[in-house]
Amino acid sequence: MRRREFLTLPASSMGGVLIYALSGEPIRLQAQNGTLRVPLRFFTEPDARTIAAAAERIFPSDASGPGAGEAGVVVYIDRQLAGPYGRDKYRYTKGPWVESIPEHGYQGKANPQQIYREGLRQLDGFTALSPAEQDARLTSIGKSTFFQMLRTHTIEGMFCDPLHGGNAGMIGWQMLGYPGPLMSFRDDLEKYRGVPYKKAPKSLSQVVGRPVKGWEEETG
Amino acid sequence: MERLKPTDVVIVGGGWTGLTMAKEITHRTALSVVVLERGPGRKMADYGSAMDEVDYSLRFRMMQNIAEETVTHRHTLRDTAVPIRQYGAFLPGTGVGGSGEHWTGFAERHAEDDFKLATEMKQRFSAARLPDNLSIQDYPLTYHDLEPYYWKVEQMMGVGGKAGNLRGKIVEGGNPFEAPRAHEYPNPPHKMTWLMNVWTDAAKAVGYRPFPSPAATLTQNYTNPDGISRGACQYCGYCMLYGCMVGAKAQPTNTLLPLLKPKKSFTLRTDSWARRIVHRDGKAEGVEYMDADGKQVMQPASIVIVASFTQNNSRLLLLSGIGDKYDAATGKGSLGKNFTHTVGGPGGATIFFDKPLNNFMNAGGQAMRFADFDGFRGIDPDAGVLRGGQGVGGGAGGGHPIAAFGRVPAGEVSRNWGSDWKKAALKYYDRIGSGGNFEMDHLAYKHNYLDLDPTYTDKWGDPLLRLTIDWTDHENNQRQMAAKISTKIAQQMARATGGRLIPAESGGLRASKRYQTAAYATTHLQGGTIMGSSPDDSVVNSWQQHWRVPNLFVVGASSFPQNSAAHPTLTAVALTLRTADAMIDRYVRRPEVLL
Repeated sequence: MRRREFLTLPASSMGGVLIYALSGEPIRLQAQNGTLRVPLRFFTEPDARTIAAAAERIFPSDASGPGAGEAGVVVYIDRQLAGPYGRDKYRYTKGPWVESIPEHGYQGKANPQQIYREGLRQLDGFTALSPAEQDARLTSIGKSTFFQMLRTHTIEGMFCDPLHGGNAGMIGWQMLGYPGPLMSFRDDLEKYRGVPYKKAPKSLSQVVGRPVKGWEEETG
Repeated sequence: MERLKPTDVVIVGGGWTGLTMAKEITHRTALSVVVLERGPGRKMADYGSAMDEVDYSLRFRMMQNIAEETVTHRHTLRDTAVPIRQYGAFLPGTGVGGSGEHWTGFAERHAEDDFKLATEMKQRFSAARLPDNLSIQDYPLTYHDLEPYYWKVEQMMGVGGKAGNLRGKIVEGGNPFEAPRAHEYPNPPHKMTWLMNVWTDAAKAVGYRPFPSPAATLTQNYTNPDGISRGACQYCGYCMLYGCMVGAKAQPTNTLLPLLKPKKSFTLRTDSWARRIVHRDGKAEGVEYMDADGKQVMQPASIVIVASFTQNNSRLLLLSGIGDKYDAATGKGSLGKNFTHTVGGPGGATIFFDKPLNNFMNAGGQAMRFADFDGFRGIDPDAGVLRGGQGVGGGAGGGHPIAAFGRVPAGEVSRNWGSDWKKAALKYYDRIGSGGNFEMDHLAYKHNYLDLDPTYTDKWGDPLLRLTIDWTDHENNQRQMAAKISTKIAQQMARATGGRLIPAESGGLRASKRYQTAAYATTHLQGGTIMGSSPDDSVVNSWQQHWRVPNLFVVGASSFPQNSAAHPTLTAVALTLRTADAMIDRYVRRPEVLL
């Protein structure tokens, strides 16, 4: 059994409410004080800081809006990797293993957990680098399976339902103007023709009125 | 092996075709029916809490567990096949309702000439014009034989649409090229979005005749002839790859299962994996399967109906050693023959509109189409195209934030991550429309077929099914045609709205000229146990009855001897209702080969 690991963060660093200045620039308001202590399921604490830093370079917090840090992307990735997806429970993993053409998709033996472990080795010392040095390091591994996966997972963690640990406070959905999995747009479909649908988003749990668990919670 | 008490009928597969057979048999006869469904039970109440993009669109939670069984693929007879390790080009569902739970609800009929394609093509084109290795053959029935059954399915599902040809009279607003219908659709068409209206106006402006797509997602509250009431579609946007949380999308669990549950003669066994059809001397004796506890059991039956997903129908017959395996080298044999998919376009130019499209509001089957290039119409044989398809505009699906995010025109930013990319992706999010997709006939060829893989196996150790299939010049010519037409409409959409035209992207998997299994195309796999007029060139007759084993019926899109651009579900269920009539009215009384 591995030692329990936690990622400790200021509560104000994640989630919050997005408002837009007259100039159109998004401003994030977050009134939460104190610290968050997020239990980690797959990463060690230093690994989580490395992945969080890399995700932040892929999807930075900047003038166009919040980024991977505020959305808690690393929490999303940690849970996906610890769940059935990370262990390839739903991928065909019988041999023989052979190389094939891109038309056949990923044929590698390594599962997402193993791909991240290898990727983390390539990002050794990453958190100590300057942003420009970090970008150079990521560029150097830009074609790797690991980097492509990290980029995909970063976008997923930005815009997933918060039940998966990312998109904290629905900060990603606020940025997009996506209202969440609402039960009906029947009356709105013809009303909002090319005009913004300005409604505060709702998560799936809020829509159905009870907590919803993701597939990553499946054990065994 | 445990031998269960015999039943009159055993059905493999609890999807559209299996439950259609079960419903007809249990409501019209006293026969006992056992349905073996490999996946879990499903109910509408589960779907409300399943509107989640990660689990259902990205991790494919409603699909067959590909870790337990997949298929292998190779392009040609000379290649060694590799397993499809994760889902991509097609998504077969599992559980009660099968793929009929997560389908999109497009519900078009086949065209009249789809049923006699071989004859038509030979009349129209010289032998030199026809591609080598073509193996299309006519259906053993006509559109007119099937018309009353189409109408039954449309009523059962509550299809919404607008007739374009009522008993030969062309009607404004519908598809002017469709085969004659005896009735108007049971429900009106869907409401359309802003983008669909822009697309429609543009398609008309360049000379095409768009019409609303027929859809099995209810456009208003509806009670079908069986007395099943369902509520209207809410345009929630969670349709394709999802079960419907209000029951507006016609699914086997909301149209057929409620009629079956009260029947004492009906037994549904979930988590039951059929492995062999037991047969002796040209007679099926039952089905051998693994039950929920992993125990091997044999269910004896007087009639066996195979109604699993398309390619599994072929696989179960191959594993059971029933019929003549098709040999692509000699062209002999019929089992596994005429395997087809759908030809989709790589896409044409797109348009940037500087306003939100609100693509997250949509319904499955909610789209406009045109048939000006469907079948033999509008095509250019000199450009190497002998058969076209339908254009679909404003398309349903999409609008989920993860999949929709990140579309940035080529060349706009230097790399696909970081601040510049993020800023551009936010700018383009939900603001790009297209000139439409194409769904085109995929001709059947001698070299595209199904057999068992010599190397890879499923969780029980049974050989996987092997797909040998590749695109030919003809399909790549079709796709070029589609991209040109789509671009023409996109140009008009840009002109009409002041939107900015974005040139078509080159490269990427969908643009590959080879058949690919990694990115989604459609789940419209067809053929393998095809119907025909002779046991020499087909597996089943026009009643989907096995030529050599008369108490074995094999139903579904696996029966299609060639492919239509139309989505397969409506036709698969219509053929199944016709089979049910023949079985109940004739076969049960006189169990012999139906003619």
